[in-house]
Amino acid sequence: MTATVVTPSSPIATAAGRARDWLTNPKYGPVIVTAVLLVGMFVVGASRYRGFTNPQVIANLFIDNAYLIVLAVGMTFVILTGGIDLSVGAVLAMSTMIAASLLQAGWPPAIIIPLILVATSLLGLAVGLMIHYFQIQPFIATLAAMFLARGLCYVISKTTISITDPVFIALAQTRIPLAPRLSITPSVILAIGLVIVAVVVLHYSRLGRTVYAIGGSEASGVLMGLPVARTKVLVYVISGFCSGLAGVLYSFYTLSGYALTAIGTELDAIAAVVIGGTLLAGGYGFVLGSVLGVLVLGTIQTLITFDGNLTSWWTRIFIGALLLVFIVLQKVLTARRT
Amino acid sequence: MNLNTVMAHRLFWPVVMLLVLLIINLLAFPGFFSIQVRDGHLFGSLIDILRNGSPTLMIAVGMTLVIATRGIDLSVGAICAISGAVACSIILGSSDPGSPATVAVAVGVSLLISLVLGVWNGFLVAVLGIQPIIATLILMTAGRGVAMLITEGQILTVNSPPFKAIGSGFFLGLPISVLIAAVIFVFALVLTRRTALGLMIEAVGINPEASRLAGVRARGLLITVYVFTAVCAAIAGLVLTSNQTAADANNTGLFIELDAILAVVIGGTSLAGGRYSLLGTLIGALVIQTLVTTVYTVGIPPIATMVFKAAVVTAVCLLQSPRTTELIESARRRQAHRRAKAVTA
Repeated sequence: MTATVVTPSSPIATAAGRARDWLTNPKYGPVIVTAVLLVGMFVVGASRYRGFTNPQVIANLFIDNAYLIVLAVGMTFVILTGGIDLSVGAVLAMSTMIAASLLQAGWPPAIIIPLILVATSLLGLAVGLMIHYFQIQPFIATLAAMFLARGLCYVISKTTISITDPVFIALAQTRIPLAPRLSITPSVILAIGLVIVAVVVLHYSRLGRTVYAIGGSEASGVLMGLPVARTKVLVYVISGFCSGLAGVLYSFYTLSGYALTAIGTELDAIAAVVIGGTLLAGGYGFVLGSVLGVLVLGTIQTLITFDGNLTSWWTRIFIGALLLVFIVLQKVLTARRT
Repeated sequence: MNLNTVMAHRLFWPVVMLLVLLIINLLAFPGFFSIQVRDGHLFGSLIDILRNGSPTLMIAVGMTLVIATRGIDLSVGAICAISGAVACSIILGSSDPGSPATVAVAVGVSLLISLVLGVWNGFLVAVLGIQPIIATLILMTAGRGVAMLITEGQILTVNSPPFKAIGSGFFLGLPISVLIAAVIFVFALVLTRRTALGLMIEAVGINPEASRLAGVRARGLLITVYVFTAVCAAIAGLVLTSNQTAADANNTGLFIELDAILAVVIGGTSLAGGRYSLLGTLIGALVIQTLVTTVYTVGIPPIATMVFKAAVVTAVCLLQSPRTTELIESARRRQAHRRAKAVTA
């Protein structure tokens, strides 16, 4: 040992210590890692493929994944309380089917869209009541909802129904220019609006604080006199509402309704939330992290499309591998802290 | 034994549900219970239920043990797809697809691969301490991609009589797949109930910390349980693939993890871990398969099957909920109270 050992009070050491504190913090660490990874993937993409740095690539990321962002927002609320919602993909499909079939029957969109949102929120309410008052595990209750929603899709129609309504087509094809040769769709604005509302609700409202409290410890929440029952039911209503909204956005995106659409989307939503740094045990996580998670999944897809040599099933293997990396990372980060 | 103790038994509602479904079938189709002997094989609707339900049962047996340790395995469907894809590609790649030796090699290799996949799941859960639902989600997501790589994105159709026998052959008059399921079921039952293994599994599920202090080696136990489930899933995958005589990486065993978990839950094993009932799982698997058959015999359009399934699952879960028992109990007490009052007045 020489005398030149850096004392803990030196600026470099404190900066490093602070960086380590941030990284090993279960609250911020995973989100920071995800953000770094997203930037890293863009650097790799930009260095390997021509045209990857085009701003429209980023805009397309939002356009193609607007519905997934909306789903992930709802899923974040549920997972923050320590629950899980397996029904979101099927409810999304059901919403597209309701939209397509009612449009075909000549109903006006101004009635259909609110109707879908109310219907899916009510389904969420039923699931929430089952979970809280009958103490059925979220996994099973939302699984039943998934079967119900997927079954109703088939009952509505086995074949694809295309959407020809002028309002839907207008919403699907409208491009909002941000800059020369850079545009987004109304869906993106809706999705971003929802994210902002969700952030405000989670961080600046009683509901949001109660959601985090339930995830931290439900029993403590009850003892503190927080409205645990109401909030626990409400997160499933929020998730149902988000699934319905995602379904509407998805029907703008595909302009059709199909019973088998979006199979496995619930796993994408869960993966996005986990990659975004939300702990599945509940209590830690951010909506913005989930948005980053969706963007990471979207970027994998974009990289594979740009590459052209990799087949589409590599996407699933990459997502699986990425999930693994993130979960192990979360584990290591949080373990070192305790 | 009075009615109350019978009703309080945790298999009461599942058995009632199974009987109700069977009676509905009998009413809709009077010959439902008849079993015929044709070419020395047993035929009939009940045999069909057993045969079609056997893959779900095989997986559900493994799943019961995983759930008893407070875990869950979502990757079984993907393991089904992988084992089917491996077996079919080996059989297709061999010079003599029809020989029993080729099929034995194919089966052996796919079981070995499932062993590795099971160790992988177990490693993530037991060694790295990742939540089971997420640990197995990784393989569930990536597994079908791997199966696609093995089949190169195509549906592999095989023409091999010994392989076809696994799924649709008969032995001693019974379908071979039913016999395989029975062997797995009895094996698990004897192994966990005639030795201390079952007790240790329950101990880990009820309180991992206390069981560790009591000297139960949870790590090896957890890995064993996940390996067992993976092997069960691979066998089920072989049966499914052999039934269709084709490996379809996208659709083999699709949603079978959900059916298996449902069978376990209907059978009264709590997802919170701890006490488990293999007999309950057997009944649960039969309920699910009978449900599907009922849809066909009663003439409900097959497209409504999933709605019907959702209704039955919800009903069984609500009936089994401790809250419902409480409500029934308090209603009965109130009634008894009223009757007592009427007598005294």
